[in-house]
Amino acid sequence: MKSSPLIALIIVLSTLASLNAGAVLPDEVLANPVLEARARAISKELRCVVCQNQSIDDSSAPLARDMRILVRERLVAGDTDGQVKAYLVERYGNFVLLRPPVQADTLVLWLGPALFLLTAFGEFAIYLRKSKTHPAIISQPPLSDEEEALLERIKRDAA
Amino acid sequence: MKLSVFAPLVVMIAIGAGLGVGLTNDPRALPSALVDKPLPDFNLPPVRAEDRGFKHDDVKDEVALINIFASWCISCRIEHPTLMRLADEKRIPIYGVDWRDKREDGAAWLAAFGDPFELVGEDQSSKLAIELGVTGAPETYVIDRTGRIRYKQIGPITEDVWRQVIEPLILSLEDEAAS
Repeated sequence: MKSSPLIALIIVLSTLASLNAGAVLPDEVLANPVLEARARAISKELRCVVCQNQSIDDSSAPLARDMRILVRERLVAGDTDGQVKAYLVERYGNFVLLRPPVQADTLVLWLGPALFLLTAFGEFAIYLRKSKTHPAIISQPPLSDEEEALLERIKRDAA
Repeated sequence: MKLSVFAPLVVMIAIGAGLGVGLTNDPRALPSALVDKPLPDFNLPPVRAEDRGFKHDDVKDEVALINIFASWCISCRIEHPTLMRLADEKRIPIYGVDWRDKREDGAAWLAAFGDPFELVGEDQSSKLAIELGVTGAPETYVIDRTGRIRYKQIGPITEDVWRQVIEPLILSLEDEAAS
């Protein structure tokens, strides 16, 4: 089966393409394409509070549908993207945002991975420096007298 | 052997323990953003035939419960006997919000299982539900005498929940109002 990687690629690509469709139903879509695009972008950032790990753009839960409609109503009423999100955060807390804001109680979340990486690089740099000043760490210890004698004997036997 | 060789192991165990504790948290127990905020304005159409619906000004100068229910909601049937008992004893006024439900279905459900509510309104498009930060049914909001939300119960009010959480809170709210 020579063509199986190609088939796999086609399957993956077609799956990815259908992912973009979301759960938005035709009757929810706004006539104004600019507003609709903003609504889609905002919906992707808002958590469906029923299914929790899907955005309201992805979720087919009834409450997610009602939230998508609310997002569109507020955009039509003239809210900015920030105001729409703030409206839902006021009612559901930061939990409703899939991307948590950077603030005092989320610093560990945002900076933690970078700190881990820096620590790892730092440790590695120290290790490299040590191995340069103490060659013993990477090079073999010298042969003992016994081993030297054995080596000499083998060389002699071979000759 | 130097003790420092154990450092990565210790770090891994610490991370594992932290994540292990995280697993015991209930992801459904969301903090309510609306606690201590005033009850939002609303005006819901009726569910019962000879009724006028349920609006914001109906909850006035009283400690009350607002219960989010629906005919499709199975856990609502678990808490229903408790709500019926509270209504029979006239312990506290309970208001109902029939959420994302057909009016006839909501009315038929109340007729079949009993009706503990002073007033019932229907919220088909989640207008009030989103205002209140509802994440599912049943949910119950405890309102104090000044019209502020003081507690949100996610999930059914069983007899245990009533005795251990809601009743003590209501007693303290009634005291608060009296003093």
